Amino acid sequence: MSIRFWPAPLLAAALFTACSDPAASPPARLPILGERDVRPNPNGGPADTVFTTAPAFRALDQAGQTVTNQTFAGRAYITDFFFATCPGICPKMQGELLKVFKPYAADPRLGFVSFTIDPAHDSLPVLRDYAQRLGVADPARWHFVTTGRSAAARDSVFGLAKGFFTAAQPDKTAPGGFAHNGTFALVDDQGHVRGLYDSLNPAEVARLQKELPALLAEIAARRPSATAAK
Amino acid sequence: MNGRRFGLGALGVAAALSLPGCFSNNRHQGARLYAEACAGCHGDAGQGLGRLIPPLAGADYLAAHRAELPCLLRRGVHGPLTVNGVLYNQVMPAARVDDRQLSPARLTNLLNYIENNWGNHAPARTIQEVERQLAGCPTAPADK
Repeated sequence: MSIRFWPAPLLAAALFTACSDPAASPPARLPILGERDVRPNPNGGPADTVFTTAPAFRALDQAGQTVTNQTFAGRAYITDFFFATCPGICPKMQGELLKVFKPYAADPRLGFVSFTIDPAHDSLPVLRDYAQRLGVADPARWHFVTTGRSAAARDSVFGLAKGFFTAAQPDKTAPGGFAHNGTFALVDDQGHVRGLYDSLNPAEVARLQKELPALLAEIAARRPSATAAK
Repeated sequence: MNGRRFGLGALGVAAALSLPGCFSNNRHQGARLYAEACAGCHGDAGQGLGRLIPPLAGADYLAAHRAELPCLLRRGVHGPLTVNGVLYNQVMPAARVDDRQLSPARLTNLLNYIENNWGNHAPARTIQEVERQLAGCPTAPADK
């Protein structure tokens, strides 16, 4: 049995060493997700491809700090959409994101932001209590944010969810009054969504953990002089 | 002779095929119900989630509130609740599978599974016992 299979790893090893320098094997580049627009170059030459970026947001986190896209300037971040009293998929989803978070808890290259889709209930004290109970001590590392309690602000979070490729809407028949899915969106330093992962599928969460280092390396390569900076 | 043997054989095959239909596949029903109705929040091994969702593994609450657990699963819980000295305050929805509440038999299998896994040990419940406890739920359950 073992004799029959020994050439396979040897062959694989031979193929790999033949194709790449083992010291600097480039990680697979993650795709840019979403609509793209091809704009003809007025001066001739190749057309520009313009990629959609993540939607602009402005929200308050559990520490009362304003969180916007600029909070994550030059860094990668992961988003999800939840609500504190969610009896459905949220505990599973946030438990999975907690697993992703832990190895990066003190790593400034990667931020985390969870938007509540129930701003009417999830006030700042509620968000603060939720974060602490989940085990997130530093609000600056994982922001639990609300877009605000006005009716317009409440609706804006559903538009935001759509922009981050998450389905979320009020639904009286769903557990807790909101229907949503548990998508994690991975956003790069330029605001492009680079990965979407279903938090309820362990294989997808594992894929996120595997793809994160590739994106962080790509971002570091874009700003070689600043890799050591915070 | 050959034909008769074939006939007997066919009868035997038919009997063997229909046999599983005579038994319900309830042996691992508790584990299956747990995976469908509970594991999302309480975790694959009853570990809970931080101070948001109480653990079931090694939870003192199970023995201390044994008689109330069928009602708790049938009706869900609102409000504060202390497990192993930690105060939790989340909403637990009633345990439902395929949008239906659990029968006394299924609740019995589910509770026996929870109470005898992950380091938990408790005497086995009977369906009659669970039915009696359900009949004594604080207010009449909204049966569907």
